[in-house]
Amino acid sequence: MNFASFFTRRLLHSILVLVGLSILIFIIARILPGDPARLALGPFASKRQVEHLRHQMGMDQPLHLQYVSYVRGIFHGDLGLSFQTRRSVSLDIAHYLPATIELVMMAIVWVLVIGVPFGVLAGRYKDSWLDNMSRVVAFIGVAVPPFVVGLMGQLIFSYGLGILPTAGRLSLLTPAPPTWTGFLIVDSLIAGNFTALGDALEHILLPSFAIAMTGIGQITRLTRGSVSDILGKDYIEAARAFGIPNRYVTFKYMLKPSFIAPLTILGLTFASELGNAFLVETVFGWPGMAKYGIRAILRKDFNAIMGVVLIIGVAFVVVNLIVDVLAGYVDPRIRIREEE
Amino acid sequence: MEADQRALSSVGLEITITRWIAFKDRVGRGWYRFRRNPISLAGGSMVLLVILLAILAPYVTPYPRHAGPFTDFSSIFQAPSRSHWFGTDEVGRDVFTRVIFGYRVSLMMAIVVLGISVPFGVFLGLVAGYFGGWIETVIMRMTDIFLALPPLVMALAICSAFTPTIEKAMLAVACIWWTWHCRLIAGITRSLKTEEFVQASQTIGSSHIRILFKDILPNCASAMMVKITLDAGFVILVGAGLSFLGLGVQPPKPGLGTMISYGAAHLPMKWWLTVFPSLAIFFLILGFNLLGDGLRDMLDVEAEGI
Repeated sequence: MNFASFFTRRLLHSILVLVGLSILIFIIARILPGDPARLALGPFASKRQVEHLRHQMGMDQPLHLQYVSYVRGIFHGDLGLSFQTRRSVSLDIAHYLPATIELVMMAIVWVLVIGVPFGVLAGRYKDSWLDNMSRVVAFIGVAVPPFVVGLMGQLIFSYGLGILPTAGRLSLLTPAPPTWTGFLIVDSLIAGNFTALGDALEHILLPSFAIAMTGIGQITRLTRGSVSDILGKDYIEAARAFGIPNRYVTFKYMLKPSFIAPLTILGLTFASELGNAFLVETVFGWPGMAKYGIRAILRKDFNAIMGVVLIIGVAFVVVNLIVDVLAGYVDPRIRIREEE
Repeated sequence: MEADQRALSSVGLEITITRWIAFKDRVGRGWYRFRRNPISLAGGSMVLLVILLAILAPYVTPYPRHAGPFTDFSSIFQAPSRSHWFGTDEVGRDVFTRVIFGYRVSLMMAIVVLGISVPFGVFLGLVAGYFGGWIETVIMRMTDIFLALPPLVMALAICSAFTPTIEKAMLAVACIWWTWHCRLIAGITRSLKTEEFVQASQTIGSSHIRILFKDILPNCASAMMVKITLDAGFVILVGAGLSFLGLGVQPPKPGLGTMISYGAAHLPMKWWLTVFPSLAIFFLILGFNLLGDGLRDMLDVEAEGI
């Protein structure tokens, strides 16, 4: 299978998943809860008010027409009004999304910077103390809930040692840089404001690490497995038999193929980190989309809930598409497997 | 005629005996490997300890009454001491007692969620892997859609449609959990389908149901055992997350996630309210993970998706 048709196939698959997801969300939002209009207005609203809102929301139409207008709304960037903020949900999400993306991206950085090198070393020096430590890290990473990592981090580094802030994206006394992208780190770099940059980094350190913990463990183990597999392959043996120096074997023949396995699950890591963000943003009072989503859920603000869920689904599908295509580009074997 | 039957039944008996010996052999070897592996032994003991504590909770905890809506304002916020190992909470209840009762809820969560989702997922996985074609395509695309959201977010979305209770949370998590088992079993079934023993069974005219449940399913058993053990930990993790966000266990019922969420408001002074329930969750999930890892080595499972 050449790259173009592989790409088309993956793209079609992603679109299919998105359509299915929109149907699923539609079912959860419109059919499961019974009457969203009644829920939005509360038990004391009159019957006429409820009828009016139902009409306004288009809920007196047949379900398939409701679905069509819902999807049409999505394509126009219209996710309805939020009952709690009285603003358009798309505006709210646009406002809160950058903080969450920044957090999750930082977590991905942690995963790549710690997980991959650690895994390579653990696989290269199998059964050494480093390998055993990678095992311990993996077990702890999977077994500790992210909000516990966050709380313990606060307890030790913020309350105990007093070196890191407990909550928020910036200190009260630090003037925020002008908003260009919504990403504080990027914005302060653009503005050349290094006090804000340092402050933002200090604030993001603990929450992003709390989110990354699970991923670090997984990627470490996966990279380790893939490295130790590759080291057992015949072509490595052959290279060694030719007397090629160890360092050369490691960097030229071992490293590139061993990055493919962690690359393929990076999409899943991203998804689980978005999920973790819901817990960690609550712990750190991080003003992101997850916190907005939680508040919407507790107050039964359906349009907002569905908007948040939809955005997360779309983000996941897009990231996975990118990761899959990248993996297929780097590793032709994946393209061949797709054909079978 | 009679002689034929006798011969057949003795062949049947022989097969049964051979199978039994093979089974005993496998269990014996597995148990040997399990015993030799300190990690799985540790995990198994941790899980067993928690299960025993949870079952015997009313007898092993010092203040069983504190598991409910009990208040004793003369002893609120006491630091850990000999009479209250883990201290007391904001209304004077013993944290140790509540942690042990919290284990009950966590274990129940794992049992209910896996009890609903595993049979469902396994059935769909068998069907998808065995029949292939458009049936497989439909089922697998369904799992893709359900996996397009992180489990916690999907559970949150489903929970949001109802009033939050732990039972609703369990159902919500069960709604998504079948996908993992479906994928695992579909993969195994797909590769088993072409094995000779399945083809032999087809040749002598076994029904599809017989092939699926008597020939293929038993061969999925070890992979399922490992997956279920590891999943128990993950389900408890998701459940604790839901409770932490206020969508799972509702007070005054003791849930580990709920306790941590209430305790977090009293950090750093009343640290015991957060630290001990956190350690308790960690202990249980770690136990399941170590056990699952040990089982994987012991049963020699190598399937994609575990």
